[in-house]
Amino acid sequence: MRVTIEEKLAVNKYFVDEGNAHIEIDPSYSDMKEKMKLVNACPAGLYKLNEEGTLFFDYAGCLECGTCRVLCLGTIVKKWEFPESTKGVEFRYG
Amino acid sequence: MNEERFDAIIVGGGLAGSTAAYVLAREGLEVLLIERGNYAGSKNMTGGRLYAHSLEKIIPNFAAEAPVERRVVRERISMMTQNDAITMDYHSPRLAETGSDSYVVLRGKFDRWLFDKAEEAGAIATAGIKADQLIVENNRVTGVICGGEEMKADVVILADGANSLLAEKAGLRKRVQPSQVAVGVKETYGLPAKVIEDRFGLSSDEGAAWLFAGSPSNGLVGGGFLYTNKESLSLGLVLGLQHIGESSKTIEDMMVDFANHAEIAPFIKDGKLLERSGHIVPEAGLSMVSTLYGDGFLICGDAAGFCLNIGYMVRGMDLAITSGELAAKTVLEAKEKGDFSSASLQSYKRMLDQSFILKDLSVYKNFPAFMENPRIFKQYPAMLSNIMADLFVIDGTPAVPLRKKAMKHLKAVGLMNLAKDGLKGVKSV
Repeated sequence: MRVTIEEKLAVNKYFVDEGNAHIEIDPSYSDMKEKMKLVNACPAGLYKLNEEGTLFFDYAGCLECGTCRVLCLGTIVKKWEFPESTKGVEFRYG
Repeated sequence: MNEERFDAIIVGGGLAGSTAAYVLAREGLEVLLIERGNYAGSKNMTGGRLYAHSLEKIIPNFAAEAPVERRVVRERISMMTQNDAITMDYHSPRLAETGSDSYVVLRGKFDRWLFDKAEEAGAIATAGIKADQLIVENNRVTGVICGGEEMKADVVILADGANSLLAEKAGLRKRVQPSQVAVGVKETYGLPAKVIEDRFGLSSDEGAAWLFAGSPSNGLVGGGFLYTNKESLSLGLVLGLQHIGESSKTIEDMMVDFANHAEIAPFIKDGKLLERSGHIVPEAGLSMVSTLYGDGFLICGDAAGFCLNIGYMVRGMDLAITSGELAAKTVLEAKEKGDFSSASLQSYKRMLDQSFILKDLSVYKNFPAFMENPRIFKQYPAMLSNIMADLFVIDGTPAVPLRKKAMKHLKAVGLMNLAKDGLKGVKSV
């Protein structure tokens, strides 16, 4: 059985800032090429397409790597900030 | 309002920031070092290996007290196809001699140690504080705002990493482009020290560094890595972002295929996944180095784009440390003169020019462009593995002279392409 990306992320330590998303996207953005950049590149696999091709994103497992910002800020990615002080992922190894 | 005024505020408790804070505090300056994570290193990741020379000059014999993982005595480089691997293995005490030694490190531990060193030296080192924006008055950086509170200083050193939002938001630096960075992803697998030493042929405290080109990056510019920690392995990929949207696999698919490759799987067998991390990596070398200083500020480390990737060797942390040191030296000079203007701080650029940082970035300035060649990541690994198969696979059919066998594979790639790429490759390193 392949270990899912969700199971992998579950070993990480996070202090999720509930209700305060540090990244926001425009799910109605229609260019599939742009969407595939995020689906392919997010190292936490947080950008997912459903069967209708709609993009979903959940900031809770974010590694704060900056990849989606570099690729799609201004198109799909509407907001990209670091989480507030002390929040977000905490690498114990890194 | 905070009335206290610092000589320098340093944003980011990574290697560049903590080094700058350490050097300044040691000389008696009032320094504020701020880190947004709960501890230094908690937001940072590396493959990764630290070449010791730069920190050695600042804290001699640092490896004796710092939480390093293993001293590298074995270098491996592999070319991979889906099923094959061709590996070069270099094992030598010369890799470990003082001055040319290198260490595998984990940033969650190592950065914390260096941050504490800065604090011991007298810096006010505070974790859990995010700098939200720079204070700019009359086109001059005069401080930072953290959670609504203003903090002021003669100079601000930006060591806030590859995603340096502060400089970009203040309009001091251009936004990083997808062609200039890669995404790194890493899985850390826990294993007993003895198992790691047996699998890699190491004595205790000795470590291995292993890079992989070919199938792991699925045709993208990039490759894989495997480093030995004390009681864990760091396995991961670095992938150029420019064409990642057109890739036939997601980064996770590539990571799974890499971890399951017959060459890798036995090394990580029974390892317990401890962490999954990721970060962007500056990859464009000299071409992405832009603004380094201005009125009231200096930029160092990843935030400045100081990273060298020349395929068989990846460096960033030693550049970060020396750039932090040189930023600190610049501030010391500026304080002497009482002048923190751009004209005064330009001596940072002069020091960088004279250091290995800009010298090495200049020597390898054509390498990133050379790597933008799909043959390197697709055709050449396949060509080599086919030549190896012809050499070693014996099935009883009558022998064909080696030169004829090899020529067939060379012609598949194209002799002109080989000559051209060979020449370009040699010239770029």
